[in-house]
Amino acid sequence: MSAAAPEVARGESRLETARRFLAENPAIALIFVFVGLFVVTDIVNRAQSGHAFLAPTQVSTTFLYAAPLALLAAGQTLVMLTGGVDLSVATTATAGAFVASGTGRHGAAAAILLAIAIGFGIGLVNGIGVAIFRVNPLIMTLGLSSVTLGALTIYSQRRFVALVPNIVNTFGSGRFLTYIPYDLLIWGPIAALIILGLRYSGFGRMIYAVGDNPVACRLAGVRVWQVLLLVYALCGAFSAVAGILLVGFNDAADLGIAAPFLLPSVAAVVIGGTSILGGSGGYGGTILGALILTVLDSLLTILNASAAIKQMLYGAIILALAWLYAWTSRGE
Amino acid sequence: MTTAAATADRRRPGIHAARLGRRHGWTLGTYVLLLGLVLYWRTVPPVWGSFDVQSLAIDALPFAFAAMAQAVVIISGGIDLSVGSLMSLVNVISAKYMATMSFRDALLFAGALALGAALAGASTGSLITISRVPDIVVTLAMLFVWAGLALQIQPIPGGGAPLKYVQLATGQWFSPWIPSGLVILLCAFVLIWLPLRRARSGLALYSIGSNRNAAYLSGVSVTRTRIFAYSLGGFFAGLAGLALTATSGIGDPLSGQYYTLNSVAAVVLGGVALVGGKGGLIGPIAAAFVLTVVKTILILKGVDQNWAQVIQGTLIIVVVMIGGLAIRERRRT
Amino acid sequence: MHALLGANGAGKSTLVKVLTGVIRADGGRLVLNGEDVRISSPSQAARVGLAPVFQDPALVPDLTVAQNLRLTGAPLEGVRSRLREMDVEVDFSEQAGDVPLPVLRMLDLARALARDPQLLLLDEITAALPSDLAERVFAVMRKWRERGRSVLFITHRLAEVIAVCDRATVLRDGSDVGTLVPQHGGERRIVEYMLGAEVATAAAKASELDEARVRLPGDGNAAGAAAEPTLEVEGVRAGTVESVSFSLRPGEVLGLAALEGQGQDDLFATLAGERRPEGGDVLVGGRPLRARHPYDAIRAGVVLVPADRLLALLPQRSVRENIAAPRYNSPLRWGPINLSFERRRVKEAIDALQIDTRAYRQVRRLSGGNQQKVTIARWLASGFRTLLCFDPTRGIDVGTKQQIYSLLRRLADGGAAILFFSSELTEFPLVCDRVVTLYGGRITGELPAAAADEASLLRAMHGLAEEVA
Repeated sequence: MSAAAPEVARGESRLETARRFLAENPAIALIFVFVGLFVVTDIVNRAQSGHAFLAPTQVSTTFLYAAPLALLAAGQTLVMLTGGVDLSVATTATAGAFVASGTGRHGAAAAILLAIAIGFGIGLVNGIGVAIFRVNPLIMTLGLSSVTLGALTIYSQRRFVALVPNIVNTFGSGRFLTYIPYDLLIWGPIAALIILGLRYSGFGRMIYAVGDNPVACRLAGVRVWQVLLLVYALCGAFSAVAGILLVGFNDAADLGIAAPFLLPSVAAVVIGGTSILGGSGGYGGTILGALILTVLDSLLTILNASAAIKQMLYGAIILALAWLYAWTSRGE
Repeated sequence: MTTAAATADRRRPGIHAARLGRRHGWTLGTYVLLLGLVLYWRTVPPVWGSFDVQSLAIDALPFAFAAMAQAVVIISGGIDLSVGSLMSLVNVISAKYMATMSFRDALLFAGALALGAALAGASTGSLITISRVPDIVVTLAMLFVWAGLALQIQPIPGGGAPLKYVQLATGQWFSPWIPSGLVILLCAFVLIWLPLRRARSGLALYSIGSNRNAAYLSGVSVTRTRIFAYSLGGFFAGLAGLALTATSGIGDPLSGQYYTLNSVAAVVLGGVALVGGKGGLIGPIAAAFVLTVVKTILILKGVDQNWAQVIQGTLIIVVVMIGGLAIRERRRT
Repeated sequence: MHALLGANGAGKSTLVKVLTGVIRADGGRLVLNGEDVRISSPSQAARVGLAPVFQDPALVPDLTVAQNLRLTGAPLEGVRSRLREMDVEVDFSEQAGDVPLPVLRMLDLARALARDPQLLLLDEITAALPSDLAERVFAVMRKWRERGRSVLFITHRLAEVIAVCDRATVLRDGSDVGTLVPQHGGERRIVEYMLGAEVATAAAKASELDEARVRLPGDGNAAGAAAEPTLEVEGVRAGTVESVSFSLRPGEVLGLAALEGQGQDDLFATLAGERRPEGGDVLVGGRPLRARHPYDAIRAGVVLVPADRLLALLPQRSVRENIAAPRYNSPLRWGPINLSFERRRVKEAIDALQIDTRAYRQVRRLSGGNQQKVTIARWLASGFRTLLCFDPTRGIDVGTKQQIYSLLRRLADGGAAILFFSSELTEFPLVCDRVVTLYGGRITGELPAAAADEASLLRAMHGLAEEVA
């Protein structure tokens, strides 16, 4: 994909040219928005408190905060590419957080592996419901999330020794070389795996194919249930990793630890350009979406906006960004 | 021989009964389930009487209206994630101002709010049609907007409503066994939904949910019908919020949270297909009551609230799974 | 009665959409009965007296027939009487989704007629209509013409145009290239117009060459006659298939001719692994095929090209991804892709089929003919031994049809075994070595290609014994 200078076709308005350019190079629009938001936040921050926002510490913090959201959105991207949605990513992350801290006393490795396994398992149950019993993903993941939450509440009420392993703490909240958050070392490889996997692996092709036209897949010999099962399971695993990072940051697991990330995970995917109907999109855009939403959150915090104003603005901005995307891809 | 096939079909005995069964079987099943649960419920507490029926009606009323709101939108082929927060908004506004109103004024105010909610729904529908953004994203964004607005108007629970207004939902009609809330629910259903369902606007609603392209080619204005669907949904959501004010007596900005996704669950349990075009409102209403009865039974049996949540969630999943299997089997034959 | 002809992508559907208000015109004039009109919506088109009947019946599946009619404001009694005129019976309380497709088409037609329109627009109405219903449609059209009304008839079937229409306009690349009287000059002239004179002659020469070839079935395939059958069907029973037996040898193209609903859908579905037979055996290369999913059939080398392109293609994905898709249908092949190998196989397939992939990133932007080529290219790239073609040339322009015929012959020459079903009887002698007919779920006749003329085929398709000449 070359970002060559757009040629103005004869008779085309500059607006149309801009629209076509954006449609063919969606990442550029997103980077624009991201940088733009950063600048706006910087201006506002300076106005409010005299400090800059475009400073290395703040940039680094933004990436630190964005990592858990981006991981939740990673699983969500895969699921939405197949034409579904996973509303249980937040509760699965919470489960990962609880398991990691609850079994921390048995050693970090065991705790982490068990948390990821539980996440994988929850995703597997989602997958079984969606792929084999043909339950609508909205309902299945919704129901399972409510079951998970109830189970976690019961689990949390029993007295257990919660110990967050040190390494989890480091990766969840630490930085090295002053500015680079450790969680990027987790997020980065996973992001690379997803982006490369979607592009260059047979499984990646099948994810797009199933989302685009599951009937055609069947006729081509693809057993769609296999693809869906693995996709939802992976989503659960990635959500659990996000939960581990969150508990590392928080140093304690609580039931609401991942709740504020559920709807943003869907928003990040949509903003990033993945069609909610499936069959097109990718993780690259989602990463930018997650970054944009994180900066947005900082901006709203700096504006000292009340929780109420924050929410309203959040909604309006999601709508505006999604509208912008719909406008650029109009006619495609 | 194709035409012969069409007529031969008609002559096969029992084809009408089979067809009716297929179309309304699920709804019937929901009502049977409700009946069974109520009968079981009667055996649980030491004393069971009209008081329990009253509390069921009070508990289920907002849920039933929310289910109706969601059902209308889903039948038209869309979904509305902002139902719950619109409910909260109406709840909060009504409780804030009704506290100092007379019954007559409160009633007029309630009417105005219901129409306002319909307008809110219409704006959501317009946004969806103009922006071409998928409805799940737009209604998600509106969820934030309405919820934020509700929070801004009433940061902590408060407000109130005149006694006679509250009694609209908590009182009784002619007999202690007929809760007035139920009567209002039935009135709304019979006076608003039933006439619409058979009219062209109702048919248009079903048509865009069933096959939007065929509907368009049949001359249906898809844009106008979609906006109509969201307005009607908004109207019922408004009624749900007003019901919340009556049943709880206060305004709480977070009151509608529970209903957002549970309204979808009630719709699915009520036999309405999520793809749209099929089903009615009577099934989701029953499903709302079913879910409420289940919750009541669990509370009566002293089950921990969290276990209750686990059970309710599992129940929804299992029912929908069975439903999914049933569809698969039918498709195979 | 005016026919509108043109190759795929020539602009016929777009023109119809403009006339019926589905899309708006960018320029030009529409003059109706001497007055300028602008049509901006289907309801406005109806008001001006234009009644379209589209390929996909504009009936909502979840509403009953009666409700559908009420939705469009069509007079129930009027529709009922039109249906009676055409000798078609419909239960108005039945859900539109339960009514079989050909009957639905007739219903759509009746609805359009009941509106008493000035101009009737029929878009490919006879495609996928059995011949008896098609005849009734023509009868209606003739009656309509007698009443002084007009019919605009869009079709790919040149024989029908010559038989029924007064004039024909040919579209090419978005503009009309001429109007002619079909009876003078026949098919040759129409094809000339459609392809452009020089291309037409070249195509005619090419098809003559091919036709000469196809007249000698099994030529260059001496081994074919004695070789082990690739596919053996023995007493298969499935759905509307009562009992079917035949065998297919490598290098052979076997035609299957049948009227609507005689079992061909279920037969193909069973062979392709989409459904399990209730009785009988399917043997591939001598071994029984127990297919529970198309994957099993594909692994045994039996692949399907369905009639409906939409069922087989991934609309938003590129041509390359579409062609390569079956290669990754097993979890064992979900790992990293061998890009250069894939590129090579895909290119081979594209070249073999001469698919026009210029600048199109998404398959849905391709013309119908090219899309169909992609559905076949998939199997070329993944390899197969038995090709099941179910009406592969439905709704395709003449030029592409010829290409597909010659491709099928070439594949057979290369050793593939092909089962070919078509709703256009004229295709059988061009492509097949022999033809079997299916009626009532059973094979009722077998004819060598040379003897497979329309009359004999039709007789066998109706279950009648051959006339002794």
